[in-house]
Amino acid sequence: MADLINLIENWLENLILGWGASQELTLFILQALGSVLVVIICFVIVIALIWVERKLAGRIQDRFGPNRAGPFGIFQSFADIIKIFTKEYITPEGAEKGFYNVAPVLAIASVLAIWAVFPFAVNVLGADIHVGVLYIVAVGSFGILAILMAGWSSNNRYSLLGASRSVAMLISYEIPMVVSLLVPVLLAHSMKLSDIISAQQPWWNLIVAPLAALVFLISSMAEIGKAPFDLLEAESELVAGYHTEYSGMKFGMFYVAEFLHQYTVGALITIFFLGGWGGPLAVQWPILGFIYFHFKTFVVYLVISWIRLSLPRIRIDAMLNLNWKFLIPVSFINLVAVAIADRVMLEFSVARWIYVGIMFGLNIFILLVSLFLAGKASPEVERETFPANRPVAVPPGTESK
Amino acid sequence: MSIPLSWFLVLAAALFSIGLYGVLSRRNAIGILMGIELMLNAVNINLVAFWRYIDPIKMTGQIFALFVFTVAAAEVAVGLALVIAIYRNRDTVVVEEIDLLKE
Amino acid sequence: MVPVLVFAAISLVTLGGAIAVVTNKNVLHSAYFLVLAFVGVASVYVLLEAPFIAVIQVLIYIGAIAILIIFAIMLTRRLMSKDMEERNQQWIWAALGALLLFGVLGWLVYNANWPVIEAAVPKEPITLMGEELLSTYVVPFEIASVLLLAALVGSILIGREKDQESRSAE
Repeated sequence: MADLINLIENWLENLILGWGASQELTLFILQALGSVLVVIICFVIVIALIWVERKLAGRIQDRFGPNRAGPFGIFQSFADIIKIFTKEYITPEGAEKGFYNVAPVLAIASVLAIWAVFPFAVNVLGADIHVGVLYIVAVGSFGILAILMAGWSSNNRYSLLGASRSVAMLISYEIPMVVSLLVPVLLAHSMKLSDIISAQQPWWNLIVAPLAALVFLISSMAEIGKAPFDLLEAESELVAGYHTEYSGMKFGMFYVAEFLHQYTVGALITIFFLGGWGGPLAVQWPILGFIYFHFKTFVVYLVISWIRLSLPRIRIDAMLNLNWKFLIPVSFINLVAVAIADRVMLEFSVARWIYVGIMFGLNIFILLVSLFLAGKASPEVERETFPANRPVAVPPGTESK
Repeated sequence: MSIPLSWFLVLAAALFSIGLYGVLSRRNAIGILMGIELMLNAVNINLVAFWRYIDPIKMTGQIFALFVFTVAAAEVAVGLALVIAIYRNRDTVVVEEIDLLKE
Repeated sequence: MVPVLVFAAISLVTLGGAIAVVTNKNVLHSAYFLVLAFVGVASVYVLLEAPFIAVIQVLIYIGAIAILIIFAIMLTRRLMSKDMEERNQQWIWAALGALLLFGVLGWLVYNANWPVIEAAVPKEPITLMGEELLSTYVVPFEIASVLLLAALVGSILIGREKDQESRSAE
């Protein structure tokens, strides 16, 4: 019972071998089944996430979320799905038909392809390739292409503007994301995801490399287009950005891709910085590893939603300034410092807890110095001072209800 | 290894020739750059195929391919900056119309 | 049998994409087909058991170069260029030359006697590559970084707006 997933896989393998298939065909069928299962699980998770997001948004904004469609509104997602399926596809005149239809498919394909390399438990892996980290970054860049395709082929000025702005932001924020991803790779001495998780087992990377975790969190939030970086769909400015001209299931694909990308980023942060499937008894009972993985991912998803629902949008030039003048130098200095410290401590063979302590201290030191320098570099803002007897709505001294 | 080496080399030769046709026959400057990228890709396929079939023990072929990637990326960046600068000045990217130095 | 089918499919996609790149009237559609050709080439690398090069190909060519090309096309689009003839006057000679080159090269490589070794790929390719890059090939490595720096600074300088240039000249 503890190794449930491998149990089912062995039973299926014997079943198919018993039907007379060769070894390679069995392997191929099992892998195809596994991929289909992961895709189905992703879509089911998105359905649950849409409900969680709307309820959470409601509660943070001091209102109820949806509460009409079923008890606590849990059937709201299904109502949304039925609505999206039955909407009419309105293709704008002058749109380039082929690429207009391919763009949403490419957007969601690029997010689903990241799930191929995730280790869900100690022996439940999709593809354990030697270059797992680079594969994740490479496949993520397909989504950028989808946005460009959608923006241009809609034959709409606002779509094109929205697409150009969002692509400029996305390719800028790829750099600190990749550089801060290199820090767990350095600490684990390998690019395989299973090695990165195994190297984190007593001490998570959140403690050994907190600055890299912070930079990765910020740049991933920019990559998925969540506030404060959500100018991809700045409704008050650009109608709906690059998916203005999409309706029905095509828009549904973009919508699902956005939620799934947020969950995927949560999974990435879990794997690289929170120890993946690690936890008490995760190695002996793999099914517990699977549960820990999804629990941690969900917690990170909630943190991202929480940040998104609390902050206003940044202007695009402030956002690009933040990237090029703060995040990139900080991530590079962090990488170099961690590399030097790791090599030096490896030479002296220090104990594990001293290693963790020095790394943690180094990260906090770099963070504080860079924040101090950034504070010095920002211009002083002239703040208007008010006299003490300024007019107020409720005079001070009266009791408030 | 069930695919002979010569098949990969013929594929690379075909890609190179198609890229060459693109460079010599397109009017748009960016179209010419795309032909150059195809030719560089064909060279890379050759390098990696030779690495795999003739000397897989050392990583020389892959390192060479890595340097070709680097040079290609640098060349595309500078080439496109030039094209954009020319477009700003001449308002055209058709290479036949950029003939100021001709009589 | 299966590897031959896979190779045939991949080469069809790559060469089809490449032909679409060089013969398409709309230069933006050519850029999209260029992405298809790059994907085909990345699959060839996977077939050749070089996953690192395959992933770098997707990352650099599709994730950076193709997006850069598409951006440049969007920035240099003339409004009336829809019916422009894309081939110049010498396209027939170019086609003949390319065919001749393919004929000669293809015949040469097909009939040559390559010293093929039946060895396996190293177990830790990336570690080996890292060691070689920093010991045997450290000089090209450093020169490549200087080249990238020069390209970075050069492309920013060349692509600047005109009024900034005149301001900095004063």
